Amino acid sequence: MENVTQEIGKELQDKFGDAIVSQSLIIDFPTFVVKKEKILDIMNFLYDFELYKFQFLTSLCGVHFPDNVKEEEYSVVYQLHDLVRNQRIRLKVFTSESQIQVPSVTSLFSTANWLERETFDFFGIQFTGHPNLVKILNMEDQPYFPMRKQYPLEDGTREDKDDSKFGR
Amino acid sequence: MSTEKDIIETNVNITKAPEGIEGAGFFATSLDQVVGLARKNSIWPLPFATSCCGIEFMATMASHYDLARFGSERLSFSPRQADLLMVMGTISKKLAPVVKQVYLQMAEPRWVLAMGACASSGGIFDTYSVLQGIDRIIPVDVYVSGCPPRPEQVIDGILRVQELVGKESLRRRNSPEYTELLASYGIE
Repeated sequence: MENVTQEIGKELQDKFGDAIVSQSLIIDFPTFVVKKEKILDIMNFLYDFELYKFQFLTSLCGVHFPDNVKEEEYSVVYQLHDLVRNQRIRLKVFTSESQIQVPSVTSLFSTANWLERETFDFFGIQFTGHPNLVKILNMEDQPYFPMRKQYPLEDGTREDKDDSKFGR
Repeated sequence: MSTEKDIIETNVNITKAPEGIEGAGFFATSLDQVVGLARKNSIWPLPFATSCCGIEFMATMASHYDLARFGSERLSFSPRQADLLMVMGTISKKLAPVVKQVYLQMAEPRWVLAMGACASSGGIFDTYSVLQGIDRIIPVDVYVSGCPPRPEQVIDGILRVQELVGKESLRRRNSPEYTELLASYGIE
């Protein structure tokens, strides 16, 4: 799988240069960290790539790394699949809270529509170019983005829970 | 040899007549008790089932446990004709306004049964997205514990509701206390 990573990495480096920040093989999953401004171009390129045609977006999700440097606090992870050759790759982009905009890939993959809405709903990542970026799972008046780590998982309105009984 | 009357009296369960004054050709009792008797033995439940408690409720309704024995075989899928709202399962905060709307659409007199840990208190789902018990949005008459409760427990819950229904005064729904109770949930 290492040679697949090198192979795809070289093609991407040739085409996009600095936009490819790093490449690695995580267990058996080639992973590329890319600049968020180029994500749509890279996906368009991989869609009609010569070696592999990554024409299926398996999944897309947000991640919050509160301990990262400010510029890399939020991440969006894309998993692409070449269904013909059964090859999967992962693309990652990083962004900061102050510049939370990430280009939408809905123009390429329609499935990204709801996935990006979900990511917006839970992490507050703004996908520029999304046709209808509104909450999808949480209630409409949810006042915050609940999967950001600074917010508690538990319901804040409970008064019957004594922290000392939960080892806190 | 037993007469037909004996067979009926020994083998068939018929609800007992309320206390009253009986004589030749007449029987006198209070209207409250007669209406209560009729209501409690013909409760139409509205099932609001969202998860595993709903599956247990299906078992309760089916032939083995047979809720029909208690006069509740007719489920009402329109809130306007239902007497008892049975909330069974996890209610997320997004779903809370729907439960409340269903409750508001029911005609008085109406009762509410919260079945299982989730409907009663949020259960194991102490999380930002789940309502921590339906009594945060609507008044609840009977809580059934369990995760999920056995059908026997559901039947017990229904019998507790019947007890409340049978004993309720006809004036209760017009009382200031009841208005105040509804007002505490923001219901006019």
